[in-house]
Amino acid sequence: MEQNTLITIDNLVKRFPVGKGEFTALNGINLTINPGEFTGIVGPSGSGKTTLLNIIGSLDNATEGDAVVMGESTSNLSLKSAAKLRRKHLGFIFQTYNLLPVYTVYENVEFPLLLLNMSGAERKKAVMDALNWVGITDKVKSRPAQLSGGECQRVAIARAMVKKPVIVLADEPTANLDAANSHNILKMMLKLNEELKTTFIFATHDDKVIKYLKRKISLEDGKVVKDELTKVKGE
Amino acid sequence: MLAIKLAYRNLVGAGLRTWLNVIVLAFVLFMIIWHYGILDGWNEQANRDMQAWEVGNGQYWQENYDPYDFFTLEDSHAEIPDVLQKATVEGIVTPILLTQASVYPDGRIQSMLLKGIKPDQKVIAIPSAELNIESEEIPAVIGKRMAKNCKLKVGDITTIRWRDINGTFDAAEVKIVNVFDCNVPSIDGGQMYIHINTLQKMMQAPNEATMFIIGEDYDMSEDISGWVYKEFDFLMTEMNEMMKMKKVGGSFMYFILMLLAMLAIFDTQVLSIFRRQKEIGTYIAMGMTRTQVVSLFTVEGAMHAILAVIFIGIVGTPLLIWLMSIGMTMPAGTDDMGIAIADTIYPVYGAGLIIGTSLLVFVITLIVSYLPARKISKMKPTDAIKGKIQ
Ligand SMILES: Nc1ncnc2c1ncn2[C@@H]1O[C@H](COP(=O)(O)OP(=O)(O)OP(=O)(O)O)[C@@H](O)[C@H]1O
Ligand SMILES: [Mg+2]
Repeated sequence: MEQNTLITIDNLVKRFPVGKGEFTALNGINLTINPGEFTGIVGPSGSGKTTLLNIIGSLDNATEGDAVVMGESTSNLSLKSAAKLRRKHLGFIFQTYNLLPVYTVYENVEFPLLLLNMSGAERKKAVMDALNWVGITDKVKSRPAQLSGGECQRVAIARAMVKKPVIVLADEPTANLDAANSHNILKMMLKLNEELKTTFIFATHDDKVIKYLKRKISLEDGKVVKDELTKVKGE
Repeated sequence: MLAIKLAYRNLVGAGLRTWLNVIVLAFVLFMIIWHYGILDGWNEQANRDMQAWEVGNGQYWQENYDPYDFFTLEDSHAEIPDVLQKATVEGIVTPILLTQASVYPDGRIQSMLLKGIKPDQKVIAIPSAELNIESEEIPAVIGKRMAKNCKLKVGDITTIRWRDINGTFDAAEVKIVNVFDCNVPSIDGGQMYIHINTLQKMMQAPNEATMFIIGEDYDMSEDISGWVYKEFDFLMTEMNEMMKMKKVGGSFMYFILMLLAMLAIFDTQVLSIFRRQKEIGTYIAMGMTRTQVVSLFTVEGAMHAILAVIFIGIVGTPLLIWLMSIGMTMPAGTDDMGIAIADTIYPVYGAGLIIGTSLLVFVITLIVSYLPARKISKMKPTDAIKGKIQ
């Protein structure tokens, strides 16, 4: 194992119980991801992208094999340590936004910082920065129900990035964005990736995202079928 | 701290449902405090009145006297001992002589307790002074209940019959010189007060008494042979027991009300945990531990109680104070319950009552909130994130 490996996935198998039998969603995945990567897991619907992200984020357990994230083996991680890992170092962007409905935009983005016990002044600055990145500073007082799908997605992105995590796990982050917004956000993510060395792992089949990826890991039926470094647009 | 802050945000964000629960809870809390306040106020008033009119600060009973057995009355009077004679002169105690008698208002016969009392006594509130009036008939004082039952009023003359010490029946005319109004039924219904000297003569029991009442402002408890000292608390036992029963009786209703309030909160909790699965998954994804999420939901539920207490504090306090100032008018008829009861009862809210009730409601709410919240820790975060219904 390389010294500076961020994530090592070793013979990972994930099976879900379905009825009396089992369904194999991930079937022997081997991957290493280094700090500062801008990687996408791409593949058709049902190929196991979300499942893989969940295991990396220790929201789910591997059936066999292991995913080592920042030196921690997720198979052996206690629930508490897993929570700590997520709280400190991981940012999630979900396919379904998952904003907290009763909170305002500001409060949603502030939330991860509250969990880190950050001081009020620091929080305020970080939240406003994050809202700036995604260009939604004019709706800080709105609640998710008052936002469009794309706006929700931008808030979700701001929330994932506000604490400047080591790894951002982004599941279809642009599913509801128009081309212009997608490009803006991806450029902004790319910038954060370069400035802060934040590692981004996307799960997507959106060409708008794929164009920006520096590495493309193709998944099919729970297996890695292709793993290629790509030439990034604009570079 | 974080849980409280977040819980507050969530509750306020949840809006109407929160306030409905808070108002229901506040209502229950208010009713309990008010009701027990009334009972406590009643208790205080009854204690005060009973002390003033009946029990004083304890009593001495002739050793054979049994208030529950009228047939012993014949044998339960004795000559006043020197100590008590002296105390009587000093105004510390006052003697009462009892016998059974009958009264014939409008030709009907009604049995009653005839009480001999000193006209100049200051120990109890019975207006005995008028028993000194010079009149052909024996001056007598009765209470309003007796007056109502026998259709007697001031100035009426009626016949009474009694037995003297030898068991011989005798009769005389009495004239009602005063009808007093008092909240203590046990010294009113079926009783008539006359001059103790007259009664002693009627019974041929000179210088005898059945009991002595000790004045409110005095203490006396020495042993006197042939007489039994009964302390204040003993004399109030029955009253206190009855009050306890009333509280228990009332508790049942509040138990039901409380149950309804708790059901509302339980339901809100279950529903919100079910509805907010996605939110719960998100909390976990953002790095909250399960314990933190469970605490958050528990605090959220329990905060209903805190908000209810605050609500009571703001809206209820003036209302409770106002209710205290106007008191509660007791419906006619409550009088027959045998407990001293005023026409208007002024509630008394002790700190113990308010703090105790609030704490109780809080603890129950906490438990009711925790039970459903516990389910969260069994949720799979990946399912929760998707908001899957399990
Ligand atoms: N909890 C589960 N129980 C049973 N099967 C599951 C479960 N979660 C996922 N699967 C199955 O595993 C497979 C991979 O699911 P996953 O969500 O990872 O796909 P995906 O690549 O993210 O697809 P999409 O692009 O549609 O989001 C699917 O066939 C799905 O039905
Ligand atoms: Mg998916």
